[in-house]
Parts: sequence; structure tokens; C-alpha cells
Amino acid sequence: MTNSTPKRLRPLSPNIQIYRPQLTSVLSIANRISGIVLSLYAILLVVWLVAAAAGPHAYSTAQVIIRSWAGQILLFGCTFSFFLHLCGSIRHLIWDAGYGFELRTIYASGWTVVLVSSALTLLSWIISMVLAG
Amino acid sequence: MDNEGMRSPLGRALGLGSARTGVEQWWRERVSALALVPLTVWFAASLMVHTGSDYATFIAWLRTPIVSILMVLLLAGIFYHTALGLQVVIEDYFHSGLKTLALLGMRFGCCGLAVAGILATLRIAFGR
Repeated sequence: MTNSTPKRLRPLSPNIQIYRPQLTSVLSIANRISGIVLSLYAILLVVWLVAAAAGPHAYSTAQVIIRSWAGQILLFGCTFSFFLHLCGSIRHLIWDAGYGFELRTIYASGWTVVLVSSALTLLSWIISMVLAG
Repeated sequence: MDNEGMRSPLGRALGLGSARTGVEQWWRERVSALALVPLTVWFAASLMVHTGSDYATFIAWLRTPIVSILMVLLLAGIFYHTALGLQVVIEDYFHSGLKTLALLGMRFGCCGLAVAGILATLRIAFGR
């Protein structure tokens, strides 16, 4: 049990509030937050599939909700969370493979994640709108 | 490398540190992430194409064998990866007895949602 460890005053490393937010730290927590957000959207994905399996009536109700203002805002949040988590995770997988640890590369890949995920979010919405007519 | 030899006497006495099982979970998270890259991109692209589709078109698409297969793989991958990811988050922020409760609830939820999603897909695939 860790509770039985005698309490001693030891120097603590600086806490998170003390540091100025940097691209590296912001993207690190953004990947975690977008992952948590996406797990909530995964619930909606299942609800949507179950509605589709239930029949045309339940499915059209789901589509009405998705096409409402609130639904569209939620869907936009889902799109951005998805592309942010996708790009961020690819960056992490490259690190896990042992590449890209130089400070310059870390900042370059970080800004790439920000730009590419924003661009893909906007692009996917533009394509959807064009295809939907 | 001798794992016991790497641990400090205090760490060994308190039962802290690696028990040789941590790496496994780390790998599972990466492997499922790698599988989800093509699956989620395919799904996002498909949804974009089907933005204006009606119910019949959408169901006909879901019923194609390759789409049903990819959909089941996607759902299994999503909830497997979600369970692993949320486990790390829960273990980082919950320190009381609530941790076990949160882990149990999260895993039951992920399993239930995966089954519900896969079953819905199969009902559509094998439906009339």
C-alpha cells in the first residue's frame, strides 16, 4: 500500500500551472482530450447504427437530429476531434518508431498536425456540402 | 535483463514499479491505432460520399459484403482502442477505490457498445 509510505518534505517538480503553454504540451493534452471526446462520439455512432438497423422511421429521426443546428455543430466537433486525434496519433506512432525527436522536427510536426487536421476538417465539410448538393 | 535487479530495494519492498505487464498494453494500443488509421479514414470518406443519400441507398451500401466486414472491424477496433486509451486516462486521474469502479464501468460500456454496434451492422447485412 502506498499510503503507508512515511510523508517527507521533498522538492517537487514544477506543477503544470507554472509552465507557459507550449505547442508541445498543448498538443499532448489535445490528443488525450480528443481521444476522450471521440469515445463519447463512439456512443453516438452506435446509436446511429442501431437506428439504421431499427428501420427507416428511426433512421429518419436520427437524420433530422443530425441535420439540426445542434447536430451539425456536434458533427463538426466530431470531424475536428477525429482529424486532430488521427494526425496526432500518426505523429506519436512515428515517435514510437524512433524518429523525429529533434526539437526542430518536433515543432515542425506539431504545426503540421495543427494545419493538416484543420485543413482536412474544412475540406471534408466542403466536399460533403458539394456532394450533397 | 534481470528485472528484479533493476528495481530499488524500496521499490521491491513496496511492490511498486513494473510487474512486466505494462509493455503489453502499450503495444496493443499502438497496434490498434495502426489498424484504425485506414479503417477510420475509409469510414470518414464513405460518410462524406453518403451525405445526401436516402435510407435505401445507405442500407444497400452497408449490405455490401466488404462494407459489412470493414464496419465490424471498425467497431471492434474503435472500442478495443477506446478501452485501452480510457484505461490509461482513468489510471492517471483516479486514485481511490473509484478507480476500479470506473475501470469496470468503462470496460463493460465498451464491450456493450461494441456488441450493439456489431449486431446492428449484422442485422442490416443479413436483414431482408
